[in-house]
Amino acid sequence: MMNMFHRLPLGAAKSLLVVLVFLSPAATPARAAMAIQQVETTSGIKAWLVEDYTVPMVTIQFAFRGGSTQDPPGREGSVNLMSELLLEGAGDLDSDAFRQQLDDIGAEIGLSAGLDAVQGSLQVPVDRKDDAFDLLRLAIERPRFDQAPMDRVRAQIVTGITAKAKDPLAVSNVVWMKEIYGDHPYSRPVQGSPESLAAATTSDLKALHNRVFARSNLVIAVTGAIDADALKSAMDQIFGRLPAESSLMPVSETAPKLAQFISLPYDLPQNELLLAYPGVSLKDPQFFAAYLMNHILGGDAFMSRLWNEVREKRGLTYGINSYLELGDHASALLIRTATRADRAGETLSIIDTEIKRMADEGVTEEELEMAKETVIGGYAIHNLTSSVQTANTLVGIQLKNLDIDFIDERQGLIEAVTVEDISSAAKRLLSAKPALMIVGPPLEGKKG
Amino acid sequence: MMHVGRVSRIRGFVLVMVALQPLMTGHAAAVDAPSGGTEVGNFMLSNGMQVVVIPDHRVPVVTQLIMYKVGAADDPPGKSGIAHFLEHLMFKATKQHPAGEFKAKIAEVGGRQNAFTSSDYTGYYQVVTPEALSTMMEFEADRMRNVVLSDAVIMSERNVILEERRSRIEASPQALLDEETRATLYQNHPYRVPMIGWMHEMEQLDRGDAMAFYDRYYAPNNAILVLAGDVDIAALGELAEETYGTIPRRELPPRVRPQEPEQNTKRTVALTDPRVTVPSFEKSWVGASFRTAEAGEIEALELLAETLGRGPRSRFYQELVVKRGIASSVDADFDGDSLDASSFTVSASPRGDAKIETVEDAIDAEIRKIVEAGVTDVELESAKNRLVRSWTFVRDSQTEMAALYGTALATGRTVQDVQNWPERIRAVTPKEVQAVAIKYLKSERSVAGYLLPPEDASSGD
Repeated sequence: MMNMFHRLPLGAAKSLLVVLVFLSPAATPARAAMAIQQVETTSGIKAWLVEDYTVPMVTIQFAFRGGSTQDPPGREGSVNLMSELLLEGAGDLDSDAFRQQLDDIGAEIGLSAGLDAVQGSLQVPVDRKDDAFDLLRLAIERPRFDQAPMDRVRAQIVTGITAKAKDPLAVSNVVWMKEIYGDHPYSRPVQGSPESLAAATTSDLKALHNRVFARSNLVIAVTGAIDADALKSAMDQIFGRLPAESSLMPVSETAPKLAQFISLPYDLPQNELLLAYPGVSLKDPQFFAAYLMNHILGGDAFMSRLWNEVREKRGLTYGINSYLELGDHASALLIRTATRADRAGETLSIIDTEIKRMADEGVTEEELEMAKETVIGGYAIHNLTSSVQTANTLVGIQLKNLDIDFIDERQGLIEAVTVEDISSAAKRLLSAKPALMIVGPPLEGKKG
Repeated sequence: MMHVGRVSRIRGFVLVMVALQPLMTGHAAAVDAPSGGTEVGNFMLSNGMQVVVIPDHRVPVVTQLIMYKVGAADDPPGKSGIAHFLEHLMFKATKQHPAGEFKAKIAEVGGRQNAFTSSDYTGYYQVVTPEALSTMMEFEADRMRNVVLSDAVIMSERNVILEERRSRIEASPQALLDEETRATLYQNHPYRVPMIGWMHEMEQLDRGDAMAFYDRYYAPNNAILVLAGDVDIAALGELAEETYGTIPRRELPPRVRPQEPEQNTKRTVALTDPRVTVPSFEKSWVGASFRTAEAGEIEALELLAETLGRGPRSRFYQELVVKRGIASSVDADFDGDSLDASSFTVSASPRGDAKIETVEDAIDAEIRKIVEAGVTDVELESAKNRLVRSWTFVRDSQTEMAALYGTALATGRTVQDVQNWPERIRAVTPKEVQAVAIKYLKSERSVAGYLLPPEDASSGD
């Protein structure tokens, strides 16, 4: 029996459809490989599978490209509302009957809308998997959008939005996206607004469902106690009757609007600081240089330059980090922290100094070596330690249009980065004048 | 089913209270598990340090978690926050290793690490490749006894915990209300004091306070080592003896805290905050813990919480959210994995034009129904199924498994107790659920908490 999550000896891959992923560079290869199978049904539905019988459960993660960017203008929040309603009645089952069956089977289904995709997951004990697959099929293929659950779920979402309407941090997140992305669909809250949700109708949601839930924009990853043949029939069963083609509105490429200062004055004991610099897409040849640069600058909790300067040496914050945001249509390098209000100016100037130092001087060989060890060795630790996490990672890779051998290729791409590459990426990203948002008491002598 | 309630420093680490399938336990050696289960090793070092090993060979990754049987409820009077402050200081220099050396070793293999403080225990963990485990054990054993603290380190790290308090508590009206509610619910037990500490006392914590706490409580016979993931039980005994086993045991103070008096009042806490737009309501009672309760009561309280307010099949959800449409969210929370009696809390937020009093009355009415008529066989069976299946799901994560065992053992339970949990859940009868509702959810000894918008504010602009 193939137990694919276990370490396979090299050469155990029996077909081209199996990719061995090397999980630990420190281990001998034979001790540290995981096999990802690519499974394709006769109807053309593809999934990546990591087969393993350690825990008697099956996990399916899937995503339909086209998240809140597909909300029609004036109907913001529709994709999110539509996704929430998939578990509120489908096929012959009304909301109550559907929830009852799900509970009886002992499965957990989750759906959530993001900017670029609607992601879903199913976790089920292996002995009830077929029943769970059938319920998932109903939810995805034949949601009812009955008026009563729609009114209830909409009211719950509206209450949630209203409840946060005066919360400075929640408000600042909405303002930030609006200021950074202007007229682009990324500027709109995924949940919409009370006004836009009031306009939604069940027939709108049905139409939206038909546009977004199709086989052409679907990616799937499966882990756990299921083999390739059983998975093939499951995929046909769950996804086989969806429309072949989605009909997504085109979304333009964009970039965050930098060189601006956003101030949200509130009487708070801290200032929340958020900065945006230009980002870099995964397809960019400088991506991995930028990735390692960010890791050294502020990506690595406990070790980064920003962590050491702002928290470790001066105790100005509980947390500071920088990260590369990778949307399908925009990217950015963001720095976020919260710091005591009377020393926010000092914190900002330290961040500024570190940004300039990185742009002007780059990193040392030692720093780069350590960063490479960390991000190569850490891949499995951060992405593949449970079957839920693994499935999530594999869906993420597919959503980025990367190949099944990405995890192995990634290592070579990281090893190839030089300190010169880092300097060049740092200059490119960090020479720009950033967007800066300050939430909390206004700073004296602030710069923007 | 995820409880991160009484843990004051968590990042990327989820504590889960779940049911576990019955398993065999070994002493110093592995014992085969029944089919579908997990083999768990459990042994004691010569100095009294307990070791638990949970193998999971799917990927070459291992989690080391060390739990000290001391937490914020052990903070001396006037020194609130010292357990948590010391947790931060454990990341500094030791006699052998300058600050930063341990974290560099973790970074070399791409590992992740963190620590957390709860009322009853303090945990430190690393997730690394198996090759790095022995180094992790050496460093973790080293900092059990050899931490060195300078005044400069104390100053800057104290600023960090003050910022942490501002970020976690002061930035959230809900967190502020929870803090005040606990301070009211517990009249004598130190659970009334916030784990992170009161601001005015945190500002005064110094090197002497930290070292006194460290010397009093950080000892092998007050710690549990949990190793989960790609490890062999047989090989670990020797390694554990070589690292932790050489640290001498210490005399420990008895683990006795001031207990609650008989409570006879219904109390109310209200927080009005300009950041609030929609009011919310919660009600808490002093519940019980595995250590303080009679046999079976904790399991019955878990099932009571599940039946009352957890998830879309619960009574609160069905009645308040679906049928009457007066609430947007409802919840019931209970976790018996504490040393002394933990709290039972229900909460809800009104929807649309519904008044908070209407929601409160409806919540009270649902509790009264169970007090008067109990739960049905069918709904109890469903609740049991949900709790028991969560064990299958938690086995998927080695860090969650480590946290599960670490938490249980740090609060006075045994590996056997943890493993028998599903059987005990299965054995609970409807009468027993009704009995704990009658015994614990008395309105005359409850605390109601209200989070309110300013009176002149119109709701939802």
